[in-house]
Amino acid sequence: MFWEYDPVTFSRTLTGLTLAFHIIYATIGVGIPLMIAIAQWIGIKKNDEHYILLARRWARGFVITVAVGVVTGTAIGLQLSLLWPNFMELAGHVIALPLFMETFAFFFEAIFLGIYLYTWDRFENQKKHLLLLIPVAIGAAFSAFFITIVNAFMNTPQGFDLVNGALVNIDPIAAMLNPAMPTKVAHVLSTAFMTSAFVLASIAAFRLFKGNNHVYHKKALFLMMKVGFIFSVATVIVGDFSGKFLAEYQPEKLAAAEWHFETEEEAPLILYGWLDDKGEVKGGLEIPYALSILAHGNPTAEVEGLNETPEEERPPLFVHYFFDLMVTIGMWLTFISGFYWFAVKKGWKIIRKKSFNFVLFLSGPLAMIAIEMGWFYAEFGRQPWILRGYMMVSDGATSAGYVDWMLFLFAGLYIVLGTASVIVLTKMFKKNPVEQELADHAYERGEW
Amino acid sequence: MDLEIIGISVLWLFLFGYIIIASIDFGAGFFSAYSELTKTRHILHHIIQRYLSPVWEVTNVFLVFFFVGMVGFFPSSAYYYGTVLLVPVSIGIVLIAIRGSYYAFQTYGAKDSKLYIFLYGVAGLLIPASLSIVLTVSEGGFVDIVNDQPVLLYEELFFSPLTWSIVILSIVSVLYISATFLTAYADVAKDEAAKNLLRKYALAWSGPTALAAGLIVLQMRAHNIERFENIMDLWWIFALSGVFFVITVALLLMRKYYSTAFWSLVIQFALAFFGYGISHYPYLMYPYLTIYDGFTNEAMATALIVAFIAGFALLIPSLFLLARLFLFNKKYVKGGK
Ligand code: HDD
Ligand code: HEM
Ligand code: HEM
Repeated sequence: MFWEYDPVTFSRTLTGLTLAFHIIYATIGVGIPLMIAIAQWIGIKKNDEHYILLARRWARGFVITVAVGVVTGTAIGLQLSLLWPNFMELAGHVIALPLFMETFAFFFEAIFLGIYLYTWDRFENQKKHLLLLIPVAIGAAFSAFFITIVNAFMNTPQGFDLVNGALVNIDPIAAMLNPAMPTKVAHVLSTAFMTSAFVLASIAAFRLFKGNNHVYHKKALFLMMKVGFIFSVATVIVGDFSGKFLAEYQPEKLAAAEWHFETEEEAPLILYGWLDDKGEVKGGLEIPYALSILAHGNPTAEVEGLNETPEEERPPLFVHYFFDLMVTIGMWLTFISGFYWFAVKKGWKIIRKKSFNFVLFLSGPLAMIAIEMGWFYAEFGRQPWILRGYMMVSDGATSAGYVDWMLFLFAGLYIVLGTASVIVLTKMFKKNPVEQELADHAYERGEW
Repeated sequence: MDLEIIGISVLWLFLFGYIIIASIDFGAGFFSAYSELTKTRHILHHIIQRYLSPVWEVTNVFLVFFFVGMVGFFPSSAYYYGTVLLVPVSIGIVLIAIRGSYYAFQTYGAKDSKLYIFLYGVAGLLIPASLSIVLTVSEGGFVDIVNDQPVLLYEELFFSPLTWSIVILSIVSVLYISATFLTAYADVAKDEAAKNLLRKYALAWSGPTALAAGLIVLQMRAHNIERFENIMDLWWIFALSGVFFVITVALLLMRKYYSTAFWSLVIQFALAFFGYGISHYPYLMYPYLTIYDGFTNEAMATALIVAFIAGFALLIPSLFLLARLFLFNKKYVKGGK
C-alpha cells in the first residue's frame, strides 16, 4: 500500500465524505415539500395552472433527489455503527431515542410521498391531494429535527453521568434537550428552507437568462425569491443566536472561527485574511466590537479566547474560512433577494437584464456551498472530540481493516450517484418543456 | 416479560417484515430481467411496475428501522457487529444504493436500458446474499477476539459450507416469495398471462427453497452442535412451517385461492423465522454477546418502547391507507388511476 493504514483517518474521511454528499440531497429533501405545497396552494387559490404545474414539475424532480437522499441516508446510518462502533455503543445508551424517532418520521414521510406522487389525477378536489403533502412536509422537517438533536448532543452532551467508566443516571429526554439543540435545530431548518427556495429560484433564473421569457418562469422566480428572502432573514437571526450559544457553551469553537486568541473585551470580528509564520493575522478585514456583539449582544462584553483551552483540545484554525464564507453568503443572499423583491415592486428595469438573471441564478449554488461550509465548520470545530468532553475521535473509531478500500468504494458510489442524478434531472425536464406540458394540459381539457 | 425479550421480538418482527417485502421487490427485479432475456417482458412488465412504484421507499425504511432499533435496544451490538461487518455490509449498502436510486431514475426519468435492467435484477439477488452474512456470523465460529477487539475471520467465512448454504437459501427464497406474491397480485389484476407464467416460477422455486432449508440444518450439525440441538428442540415449529409450505404448493398446483396461498407462505416463513430466532436465544452473536449483556439501560428501553407504541399508532393507519389505495384496490391493480 502507498499509505500507512490508519483506520481513524480513513473513518473520518469516509464519514465526512458521506455526510457532505448526503447533506446536499437531505437539505433539498427537507425544504422542497414545503415549496411544492406553497405552489400548489397558490395554484388552487388563484386557480392558476402555472402554479399547479410548478408543483407537479418540482414533485417529479423531487423524487430523484429523495431517492439519492434515502440511499445515502441508509449508508450513513449504517456507517455510524461500522466506522464508529465505540462511539455508537456509548451514544446508543443515551441518545438512541431521537435516532429511533427519526426513522418513524421518515416512515411517515415515505408512505405519504408514495401516495401523493401516484394520486395527482385521482381526486376530483385538488385540495384533498394537497392535504397529502402535509404529512410529507411534516415528516421531512421532523426527521431533520431528530437527527440534528443527535448532532447537538455530540456538541453538548448531557443527560447521563460517567462514574468509573460506567454510565449512570441516564435520562434520554434531558439528553435530547441539550443546550445546543434549540439554535442548531432552528438554524438547520431555516437554512434548509432557504436553500431549497434558492435552488428552485436558480432554475427559473437560468431559464430567463437563457432567453426564455415565459411568464411561468417569472412567477416561479418571484415566488421563490420571496420565500428565500423570508428564510434568509430568519437564518441570519438564528445564526446570530447560534453565535451566542457558542460563546456560552462551546467558546473554543467560536474562538477558532474568529482567530480570537486572547480573552478580551470589545473584541473585533476578523473577516478572511491569513496567518503569518508567527501566528499573527494579516490582511483581514477588522470590524470593531462586532465579535462582542455576535457573542454577547453587547459591544463591550468580554469574549473568551483560545488561550483558555488546553492546546491539544483546540479545533483546527482553518474553520475560520468556513465560517466566513457561510456568513458572507448568508448576508449576500439576504441582500440580493431583498433587492430583487424591492425592484419588482418598483418596476425597475434591471430585473429584465440577462446579467442580473445570471446573478440570481448563482443564489442556489451559493446557498448549497453555505450549507456545506456551515457543516464543515460545525464538525471540524468540534475536533478533537467526537463527544465533546467525553470521547476523542481517535477513541471512537473502528479497529477494523479495509476502511481505506471502503473509502474508495463509496467515493466511486457517490460519483456515480451524483452524475446520474444530474443527468436524469436534466433529461427529465429537457424532454418535457414547460410550453409542451401546458399545451398538453389545455388539450386534455378540450380547450383546443 | 423482560424488556430484553420485548425489544428483540419487536426488532425480529420488523426484520421479518423487511425480508418479506424486500424479497418481493428483489425477486420482481430479477423476473423483469429474466423476462427480458426470454422475450416475455410484455407479459410481466406491467404487473411488476404497478406493484413496485408506490412502495419502494417504504421497503427501505423497514431495514433502517431494524438497524437503528438494534443500536437503540442493544448498543453493544453496534460495537460487535459494527467492527466485524465493515466489508460485507458496506458492499450491501453500495448494492442497495445503486439499485434503489436507479429504480427511481429509470421509472421517473431515463429510458429503459437493457444493461440497467440486468444490473438491477442481479443486484436484487446479491443484496440478500451479502446481508445474509450477518446471520452466518451470528452463528459463531467466524469471529475471534484479538487484543480485546473482535475480528472477522474472512477465510473461514468464505470457505465454510454453512455460509454458502445460507446464501443459497436467501436467494431461492427471495425468488419463491416473490413469484408467489406476484401470482396472487396478477390474479387480482385478472392478468391471466402474467399469472400463469409467475405461477410456474413459484412452483419451480418451491422445491429448491425446501431443499436449501434442509441443507442448512445439516450444516448446522457439523458447524455448531449446540446450536443444532437448540434447533432440534423446536422441531415442531419447523414441522408446522413445513405443513404450511405444503398447503401453499398444493394451492398453487390446484390453481385456486392464490391469495390464501400467499398468506400461507407468509405463515410458513414466519414460523421458520421465529423458530430460528427462538433457537438463537439468548445469543446476539454466539458466544460473545447475549441479549442480556448487550442491553441498553432501563430508562432508554422504556423511552424506546413508548416511542415505538406512539409511532406505531401513527404508522398503522397510514400503512393501511397505502395498502387500500394501491395493493388491495382492484381498480388500481387492474390499471386504473
Ligand atoms: C444556507 C446556509 C447557511 C447560511 C446562509 C448561514 N448558515 Fe450558519 N450554519 C449552517 C448553514 C448556514 C448549517 C449548515 O445549517 C450549520 C452547520 C451545523 C449547524 O448547526 O448549522 C451552520 C452552523 C452555524 C454555526 C455553528 C453552530 C454550532 O456549531 O452549534 C454558527 C455560529 C452559525 N452557523 C452562524 C451563522 C451566522 C451568524 C450566519 C449569518 C449570516 C449564518 N450562520 C448563515
Ligand atoms: C449532514 C451534515 C453534516 C456534514 C456535512 C458533516 C460533516 C462532517 C465532516 C466533514 C466530518 C469530518 C470531521 C473531521 O474529520 O475533522 C464529520 C465527522 C463526523 N460527523 Fe458530521 N457532518 C454532518 C452532520 C452530522 C450529524 C447530524 C451527525 C450525528 C448524528 C454527525 C456525526 C459525525 C461523526 C460521528 C463524525 C466522525 C467524528 C469526527 O470526526 O468528529 N455529523 N462530519
Ligand atoms: C449522521 C447523520 C445522519 C443520519 C444517520 C441520517 C440518516 C438517514 C437515513 C437512514 C435516511 C434514509 C431513511 C429512509 O430510508 O427513508 C436518510 C435520509 C434523509 N436524511 Fe439523513 N441522516 C443524517 C443527516 C441528515 C441531516 C443533517 C439531515 C437534515 C438536515 C438529514 C435529512 C435527511 C432527509 C431529508 C432524508 C431523506 C430524503 C427524504 O426522504 O426526504 N439527514 N437520512
